[in-house]
Amino acid sequence: MTPTDAKRPLQLNDQGQLRHFLSLDGLPRELLTEILDTADSFLEVGARAVKKVPLLRGKTVCNVFFENSTRTRTTFELAAKRLSADVITLNVSTSSTSKGETLTDTLRNLEAMAADMFVVRHADSGAAHFIAEHVCPHVAVINGGDGRHAHPTQGMLDMLTIRRHKGGFENLSVAIVGDILHSRVARSNMLALKTLGCPDIRVIGPKTLLPIGVEQYGVRAYTDLAAGLKDVDVVIMLRLQRERMQGGLLPSEGEFYRLYGLSEQRLALAKPDAIVMHPGPINRGVEIESAVADGAQSVILNQVTYGIAIRMAVLSMAMSGQQAQRQLEQGDAQ
Amino acid sequence: MKISIHGARVIDPASALDRTCDIHIEHGRIVALGEAPAGFAAEQQIAAHGLVAAPGLVDLAVSLREPGYSRKGTIASETRAAAAGGVTSLCCPPQTKPVLDTPAVVELTLDRAVAANHTRVFPIGALTKGLAGEQLAELVALRDAGCVAFTNGLAPLLDNRVLGRALEYAATFDLTVVFTSQDADLAAGGLAHEGPTASFLGLTGIPETAETVALARDLLLVEQSGVRAHFSQISSARGAEMIAAAQARGLPVTADVALYQLILTDEALAGFSSLYHVQPPLRSRRDRDGLRAALQSGVIGAIASHHQPHEPDAKLAPFGATEPGISSVEILLPLALTLVEDGLLDLPTLLARLASGPAQALGLPVGRLAVGEAADLTLFDPNASTLAGERWLSRGGNSPFLGHCLPGAVRYTLQGGRISHEG
Repeated sequence: MTPTDAKRPLQLNDQGQLRHFLSLDGLPRELLTEILDTADSFLEVGARAVKKVPLLRGKTVCNVFFENSTRTRTTFELAAKRLSADVITLNVSTSSTSKGETLTDTLRNLEAMAADMFVVRHADSGAAHFIAEHVCPHVAVINGGDGRHAHPTQGMLDMLTIRRHKGGFENLSVAIVGDILHSRVARSNMLALKTLGCPDIRVIGPKTLLPIGVEQYGVRAYTDLAAGLKDVDVVIMLRLQRERMQGGLLPSEGEFYRLYGLSEQRLALAKPDAIVMHPGPINRGVEIESAVADGAQSVILNQVTYGIAIRMAVLSMAMSGQQAQRQLEQGDAQ
Repeated sequence: MKISIHGARVIDPASALDRTCDIHIEHGRIVALGEAPAGFAAEQQIAAHGLVAAPGLVDLAVSLREPGYSRKGTIASETRAAAAGGVTSLCCPPQTKPVLDTPAVVELTLDRAVAANHTRVFPIGALTKGLAGEQLAELVALRDAGCVAFTNGLAPLLDNRVLGRALEYAATFDLTVVFTSQDADLAAGGLAHEGPTASFLGLTGIPETAETVALARDLLLVEQSGVRAHFSQISSARGAEMIAAAQARGLPVTADVALYQLILTDEALAGFSSLYHVQPPLRSRRDRDGLRAALQSGVIGAIASHHQPHEPDAKLAPFGATEPGISSVEILLPLALTLVEDGLLDLPTLLARLASGPAQALGLPVGRLAVGEAADLTLFDPNASTLAGERWLSRGGNSPFLGHCLPGAVRYTLQGGRISHEG
């Protein structure tokens, strides 16, 4: 007996187009490439004097953030505005006891105001799936980060960064360093790199910060930073949260920096033209040295710029996929 | 009321009976198997050709939700659902509001169960007041009120010293303690079995050691105190091995497993369906196979539904914000028959795990189909099937098995010689 509801392609419409953007799991390579190509074309828009295109004119995009964020929220706002959408941003504080009800009720209220798209960030893994499946199936749902599970737009903006600086994925070695266990960015990056054909993906961290069974992503796990960085083309550093010092995961920020912090000396182990990435916000002196963060190999600020283009691509693609699905269903009903 | 049941295949695992014969019932008891007693004139005849007559099922864990959570279920609704699943006797755990920690709550439960008149109900009392783990509940008063065993469920005791003393006190009066061994620290915040599936979904894991570390401690304290102990909801292969080792060195401990643990694994969580959110969690395929082997060998002597009905809202949230539990007592027999269909057990052995095994584990005076015993029986058609959810009597619709076509169909459930369910 197998459950019937597992692994449905919830985020694709009947023609295989994006209608929600929840996770990179199960998305084909062609679709990821299409997102990157679309984002590339939007990068030009950002460089123009008038930074707007009318793709989402008359549409309402609601950013609903149940968890704090500055960068992701702002870049989603900018992306929606550059697509000419009306944008509302809600920061919903949640109490742990009533968050389920708050989530469902908040979104149903917004749905009743004829919102066309939700960008949702939530502290619970699976929250975006839940909303797309149970709360608002006819509104395009974009995952702005759910618990430790997924942060697919961050994953794609990282891929855009790599493609623009390295030209492709086929011959690359990419290392992701730090707190893999708690990181939705790491999970999305591993899935995207694998799908896009990157042959050598490495994750580096102490055993307390590596998820059990991380090999299932097609990656190699390293506990030694020097061994893991050897000859890589791309280094993705992850933010280390302060609370990881509690509960025995790590002794101190100092010890973490000594063992896993990215210094110029450590970076020299990678290829000479290696790029350094970080989803931000960075902790200088905890996971990365200032000289590296601000150095010639750093593309950390480029990532932010690319983030707007990726979010424009995802918003416009999901909106058109959802609309196509609605028209299809209305056609079926008639 | 005199009833004669004709032509069924009668199986009583406890006496190794398995033959086709008639059953005769009078004053709520079985008075004869085979020939009717001289002068016996049945007022009701049940034609049961092609059906199996088995002892009424004994379910060691059915949350009745009353008092306190009647939005999830009531004593009447859940015992009625149990009768439909072939159950004639059930134990209800103490996690009600107020907790089953005073004779008054026990009496209320038993009064309502008698009024509902669907199954026998054997309450399991709280080991500590309010299940808070600090102060012992009045165990002897609770026993006198009708509690058959005591548990603290998944709620931890204050410390090992309090636990050791609680067991010694229970041993003094030959009371049975039911353990759900899971270390609260190792399981803290956990939502799923710690393994690749939980890692992939970004759900906090509950390691196997959450069970085995607690189980090791509990077994040692049981041995030292000499208390009668039953281990409920074993979830890991390693845990089952530890029970086997304890039994092998002569410790008289028994164990049960949740039926859904024998069928589902943590892989079902892909897609984040909250229907699969249970505590202890669904574990790996290897664990499921280990539990199945322990069930075959008899190390695990009882299958329980661990029925936990919920209102829809309790499951309508992101996975981590939902309440754990599966509603399944209503399909206990057909769902369990999938184990026979899979070739895991033969039918008499399955019925032993569902009736005599659980009754023996907690010393309940039921679970037999024999002359002189109460006429608690289940009559089912092994060749028919049940579409789960075609009708649903439990208040909790939270079952991942809804819509599944299951083998076998309960035709009659009789409790004390009275038909409590007809399907």
